[in-house]
Amino acid sequence: MSSTPDTEERDPKEAPNMGVRRRRAGISESAGSLLARGEPLISFTGGALVICLIMISGFLGVVLYQGATTFWPAPVVSVKTVSGKTLLGEVTRHDTFQPADAVFDELPEAEQTKAREAVEKSDGWAKRRLVRTGNFELTNEHFNWVSDFEIQSKGETLPKWAVVLERLTWGRFYGVPKAFLVDGKEVAQGPEASWQEFAKHHSEVRDRWHKRRSLEIHDTGEVNRELESARLQLRRVELSHGSDSVECQAEDERFKEVESRVNQSFGKIRAKIEKLNRENSRYEMLMTTSDGNDVEVAVADIVRAYPANHLSVSDKWGIYLSRWWEFLSDDPREANSEGGVFPAIFGTVAMTLLMSLLVVPFGVLAALYLREYAKAGPVVSAVRIAINNLAGVPSIVFGVFGLGFFCYIFGASLDQLFFAEKLPSPTLGTGGIMWASLTLALLTLPVVIVATEEALAAVPLSMREGSYACGASKWQTIRRIVLPRAMPGIMTGTILAMARGAGEVAPLMLVGAVKLAPELPIDSVFPYIHPERSFMHLGFHIYDLGFQSQNSEAAKPIVFTTTLLLITIIAVLNLAAVWLRAKLRRKFEAAQF
Amino acid sequence: MFQKTKKLENLPAMKPSDVKETSPASSSAPETEEYSVTTDQQPTNAASRKNRLAAIAAGEDWESAIHGIVDKEDHVLNIESFNLWYGAKQALFDIGMGIPEGKVTSLIGPSGCGKSTLLRCVNRMNDLIDSVRIEGEMRLNGDSIFDSGVDVIELRKRMGMVFQKPNPFPMSVYENVVYPLRIDGEGDRQILDEVCERSLRGAALWDEVKDRLHDSALGLSGGQQQRLCIARAIASEPEVLLLDEPCSALDPIATGKIENLIQDLSGEYSVLIVTHNMQQATRVSDYTALMYLGRLIEYGPTETIFQTPRLPETEAYVTGRFG
Repeated sequence: MSSTPDTEERDPKEAPNMGVRRRRAGISESAGSLLARGEPLISFTGGALVICLIMISGFLGVVLYQGATTFWPAPVVSVKTVSGKTLLGEVTRHDTFQPADAVFDELPEAEQTKAREAVEKSDGWAKRRLVRTGNFELTNEHFNWVSDFEIQSKGETLPKWAVVLERLTWGRFYGVPKAFLVDGKEVAQGPEASWQEFAKHHSEVRDRWHKRRSLEIHDTGEVNRELESARLQLRRVELSHGSDSVECQAEDERFKEVESRVNQSFGKIRAKIEKLNRENSRYEMLMTTSDGNDVEVAVADIVRAYPANHLSVSDKWGIYLSRWWEFLSDDPREANSEGGVFPAIFGTVAMTLLMSLLVVPFGVLAALYLREYAKAGPVVSAVRIAINNLAGVPSIVFGVFGLGFFCYIFGASLDQLFFAEKLPSPTLGTGGIMWASLTLALLTLPVVIVATEEALAAVPLSMREGSYACGASKWQTIRRIVLPRAMPGIMTGTILAMARGAGEVAPLMLVGAVKLAPELPIDSVFPYIHPERSFMHLGFHIYDLGFQSQNSEAAKPIVFTTTLLLITIIAVLNLAAVWLRAKLRRKFEAAQF
Repeated sequence: MFQKTKKLENLPAMKPSDVKETSPASSSAPETEEYSVTTDQQPTNAASRKNRLAAIAAGEDWESAIHGIVDKEDHVLNIESFNLWYGAKQALFDIGMGIPEGKVTSLIGPSGCGKSTLLRCVNRMNDLIDSVRIEGEMRLNGDSIFDSGVDVIELRKRMGMVFQKPNPFPMSVYENVVYPLRIDGEGDRQILDEVCERSLRGAALWDEVKDRLHDSALGLSGGQQQRLCIARAIASEPEVLLLDEPCSALDPIATGKIENLIQDLSGEYSVLIVTHNMQQATRVSDYTALMYLGRLIEYGPTETIFQTPRLPETEAYVTGRFG
């Protein structure tokens, strides 16, 4: 754009009005026109969005990668160090570090110079790897660091028959099978033969183990319950009639009768268990560890075993998927660092659903009153402000409230009234799934109330007037016109509440989530839902694994996997609610003309 | 439909002597059949007209000119000395009129004159607004509307209302039409079916929707939706039908259909319609009432109002000189 000549040179006859205007010389002349046009703002807003997307996808990517690769069976390396040690295990981490001088002094004299030279070549940085050597009962260590300069030349091999054992207790075992023993006698020798024998017997040993577990849990549990209820009945009679009364004596007799019967059943079950144990203990495998020792490992102790270095790809996928299945359906072992998280999944889903069932009716009814029936004034405004502020209270405060009010005051009174015979051991006077759900319902209540109020306010007045003009009462209008029309908005509130509640951990730690729960809160025992039971929760599980675990290196990958699982579960719950809301939207909100 | 339309250009010229007007000094509107020419006529030139309207605007009271013929009819609705306040501001001033039974009565007037307010008072829709206060009385077939003991819900069931913008409920067409019966507790499928068909036929909508009774009502066109609202209004066979500018949001063809419908309904139902459109008033209504700033100016048979109105103000309005 070139600047046009100034007005004086124009012919005044041509365009008398145009003479007084000066053509703008270019973009830069008018200050602020760039901002006014807004082009930089496109970059700003787009850039902000891109940053958000990067953060979200980065986070999800890290969790996905770390979480999904945890269960992939890695090869087992055997490393001979220059100090003569041999390590056998899986490599879990790579690191670079600057070794201090003292590290080199520990190496044998002959190797020190070579090691120092190697490190000098890379400016003082050395690489090292974390090897999971397992065998905790023998070496007292789960993991070992091994630096590259420590390794003998050609000291790193992948032994063909290195076998990984996942055990019921003591964690992982790495070794080479030497022999297979039945009743103390060797029936196979050498890695290959021993492995074949092992593969033959392992599944039936596991079956027997599962049978034993079921006897221990279900049958014994049933018998225990019988005894417990008889004991409670006795206590109840004691409390109501006194311990010297006639009724009490009679009840005592009955109790003794039950006790002897129960002991008989116990005996029978124990005999069965013993038999299974004896059968299982016949089979053992002799394993050679990396330092040359021979260890006898009971086959019954082994949950999963595989020769890590000669697996085909389909074998690896098989192990991967079977580990995932175990993760999702089994109970945890080894202080939650191994095994499955099924009780935590169950607890999380049960608690989230229970919380939603509590918060949605309460929230909707409260919002209905506030919006439809209450007369606008200072009281209603104060209530609204209070509800909105509730959303900003830190969640641990809700936990403290839940513990103090629900458990200690409310629960203790209920205990006195209904469960006096179980005292001093509290039933409802301590944390459980019911109090936890109630606490979280309180926490998410403001979300539901606000969302519902917005949805109710969005119902057009014309629709309400149409209903009133037909002769409907206020409640009929609400029930037939307003609530259905507001349902998508209410669903939005529910989704937000569920998402918020499922992820909160702090209040749960105080009111009912535990590290290891003996039973599920919902099971096949009458009355099927046990509101007083503690439960496990995925969020709490992550905290426990990450920070309270004895074997933190082994637990770290599981933390990521559990995080991935928690995110997936919340996403599934949200998607279900979103689908439901979309369905309702289509039904009620077709576009007006 | 077209017989009622008379081109305004063909109106006989207005002569001062033809006009009967009431002055503030004279007594209340006479109820004689013929016009009587009084000797004390107010000057009818523009200056005086402006003064009268200005006087009304300034708050003076003027008697309404009600044609005697209206009082000869049976009244389904009687409005007596009706006043209404929105908070401190008075919106209706001493309205007194009777709505004839079985006929279509239209309320016309410039914006803000109180016609919708008056209409909404009939079925007590103004109760929904907190700041409203009323004085006076309305009677529906002799039963008081504003008495303290009146059950508003029952009252509203005796009337049907259609609003300016069609407001079908987010339900199926069938459910929309039978809604007044459902809230009354009627659950008998047969009765509901029968009422639905009767109302839809009465609203001239049956043929268009009979194959999609259970589809959402929100899928109908604007004119169909408004006819659906009319069907819903007549489903409970109300005593009075209240229509608040029912065609103002519709295109001319839909408007024509609804005007036909109103005329068809008029024998069976008493219709009170508020309209901005004077041609519509001439087309559909038997009686017309002109309101201005909350007061009833003139009320009489439509033909008379539009061709030979008593008051010059009325003539000025209907010929478009103000409003």
